[in-house]
Amino acid sequence: MDDIEDRLRAYLADNCLHLPPAQIPTEQPLLTSGLVDSFHLVDLALFVESEFGVRIDDTELNPGTFDTLNQLAQLIRMRRP
Amino acid sequence: MMRTERNIAQVLFRRYLEDPEEIALVLHFRGGDTLITVRQLFEGAAGHALRYRAAGIHPGEVVVDLLPPGEDLLYSFFGATLIGAIPSILPFLTEKLDPNRYRESLDSLVAITRPAALIAESDFAAVLRAHLAHAERVKAILDPGTHLEGAEIPEPSSWEGLKAEGSSVALLQHSSGTTGLQKGVALSHAAVLRQLAAYLPALEFSTQDVIVSWLPLYHDMGLIAGFLLPILAGAKLVMLSPFEWVRAPWLLLQAVSSYHGTLSWLPNFAYNFSAARIPDRELAGVDLSSWRAVINCSEPMAAESHRMFTNRFRAWGLRENALATCYAMAENVFAVSQGGIGEAVRIDRVDGEVLARQALARPAESSSARVVEVVSAGPPLRNCELRVVDPDGSPRPDREVGELVLHSDCMLDGYFNRPDATAEALRDGWYRTGDLGYLAEGEVFITGRKKDLMIVGGKNIFPQDIEALINQVPGVHPGRVVVFGIFNPALGTEEVAAVVETDPRSRGDPARLSLAIRETVATGSEVTLGPLKLVDERWLVKTSSGKIARGANRDKLLAEES
Repeated sequence: MDDIEDRLRAYLADNCLHLPPAQIPTEQPLLTSGLVDSFHLVDLALFVESEFGVRIDDTELNPGTFDTLNQLAQLIRMRRP
Repeated sequence: MMRTERNIAQVLFRRYLEDPEEIALVLHFRGGDTLITVRQLFEGAAGHALRYRAAGIHPGEVVVDLLPPGEDLLYSFFGATLIGAIPSILPFLTEKLDPNRYRESLDSLVAITRPAALIAESDFAAVLRAHLAHAERVKAILDPGTHLEGAEIPEPSSWEGLKAEGSSVALLQHSSGTTGLQKGVALSHAAVLRQLAAYLPALEFSTQDVIVSWLPLYHDMGLIAGFLLPILAGAKLVMLSPFEWVRAPWLLLQAVSSYHGTLSWLPNFAYNFSAARIPDRELAGVDLSSWRAVINCSEPMAAESHRMFTNRFRAWGLRENALATCYAMAENVFAVSQGGIGEAVRIDRVDGEVLARQALARPAESSSARVVEVVSAGPPLRNCELRVVDPDGSPRPDREVGELVLHSDCMLDGYFNRPDATAEALRDGWYRTGDLGYLAEGEVFITGRKKDLMIVGGKNIFPQDIEALINQVPGVHPGRVVVFGIFNPALGTEEVAAVVETDPRSRGDPARLSLAIRETVATGSEVTLGPLKLVDERWLVKTSSGKIARGANRDKLLAEES
C-alpha cells in the first residue's frame, strides 16, 4: 500500500527537496509552500505518468488537485488502471 | 515605422484612427482565445483612464499595476498612458507567496516610488486598502470592478496623455525583491520610441510579423518585446499566460503553429525546459516553419541549449537558423544588441584557461585543454555604443574581457526618486552594466557578471534579498548566511545556492531546518532554493574585516562539490 508514497517520496527528495526521503512528512504542503515550484510541476506529472501510468493534466497542476504527498498518492490510486 | 509621434499614447491613437478594427492581439489562454481589436484596446484603456481620473490621478504620477495576465492588465497599463500617468507593472500575489512578505516588499516600493494609485484584483485590493490606509500620497487603490458613476467617455483626441512631452517618463520597470523594488528604471516616451526605431530594423521587422509570447509583463523582455513592441509597431501579438506555459510548455509551440508565429523571445532556460519536457503527443500536427526568429535573451546563453532546442524541434519544421540572440537590459528600454536574424548565431570557441586566467578570449587551438563556447549576442543596435573598460574606465582592446559600459539615445532617465543610485550607475553619460564581456569583430560576447545579481529562469534576483529571508528562520545564525548563483547546465540557468551557518544554541533537526529555509525562500521570493548547505561556525570564509565574501564562499562550495 505504501509503495506509491515511497516512490513519490524518493522522487521528491531527489528532485525538489534535496533531503533524505525519510525526512519528508507525508502531510508537508508541497505546492502552497512553494517547495515544489511551477517549473517542477511538468516533471512531476511526467514522472507520475511514466511510473504509475496515471495522467495528470496540466490544468490540474494546482493545489486544488493535490498539495501533500498523501493527496497525490490518493489521486494516483483513484486513477490507476 | 514610428513616424513622428512624440509619445506612446499618440502611437496608439494613430493606430486607432487608421484601422480600429484590426486585431491588435489575441489572448490565447486555456478556456479560449480572446481577439482584441485596436478599438477595444483603446476603449478598454479609456475605461481605466476614466477610473484613474475620477480618483484624482494626475499626469506624471505613478500607477502601480498588480493585476494578473488578462485583458484588464493591458487596459489598465494603457489607461495610465492615456491620462499621462506612469504605469509600472509588478508581479501580482500568487498562491505560493506569503501575503505578509509580499505586502512588506510593496511597502519599500511605496516608500520610494510613492505611487498615486495601485490597481489589483478586488480581493487583494481590499487587503491593500487596509494595509496602505496611512500611506502618504496613495490616493486610490482600485480594482477593475471599481464602479464609475455617470462618467462620460471623452472624445478620444482629448486625452491629456496625447500631449505628453517626449522627455516625460512613460513607464517604470522594476526588478523583484526588496532591492529591485527600490530601483525603478524610469524610461521616457522618447527612449521607448527610439528603442523601437533602432530595434525594429535589426529584427528585419515587418507588420506581417506575428509575435508569440508567454512572458510576464513585469519583466523588460515581456513588457517591451512581448507587449509594447508589437502593439506600437503594428504587428499581431499572440499572448499566452506565463502560468499556463510553465505547466504546459507545448502551448507556445502550438500557438506558433496555429497563428503562423514569426518572432518569440525566450530566456535561455526555456530552451532546455521545452526540449526536455514536451512529449511528442503534444506536438501532433505542429508546424514551426513560420518561426523565423526565436530570440535568446535576458540570461546567460548556452550553445548547448540552442543545440538541444534545434535538435528536438527540427522534425516539426523548426528552421536551422531560427535561433537568434539578444543582449538587453531595462536600463536601455530593452535591446542593446541583436544577432542571428536570418543567419546562424555565431559561437566563439575560446581557450578556457586563458579566459579564466588572463581575461582574454583567445580563439581555441587544437592544443587548448579546455574550450569554452561563448554565444555571440550580435552587433550593437545602430543607436547603441558599447565599450569594454578597465575598473578605472579606460577602454580595453577587442577580445579582452572587462565591464561593458553603454551609451545610447534610449537609456534610462534615472532610477525613479533615487539620485544616489542613478549617480552610481551613470558616469559621464555611460551606463555601467555590471556585465563582463568582450567585443570581437563588431559583435558583443557576454562572459560573466561583476555585480552580485543572480539570473534565475530569466528573473533578476538579488542575493541580499534571499539572505535577508533566510536570516529570519529560527535556528539560523543571523548574519551568517551567504547566497549566490550557480549555473546548472542541465537546466540552462542559474540555481540559487545558500550556505547557512546554524545557530549553535539551537538544537533543531537539520532536515526540519532545511525545509523551513526552503519554504521561507519559496514563499518570500520568486524563486526556489537549489543547493543548500548547513554549516557550523568554522565553514564560512570571512574577510579580515569579518565580512562574508560571496565569491570566496561560492568557490569553496564548488570546490567541495566537485
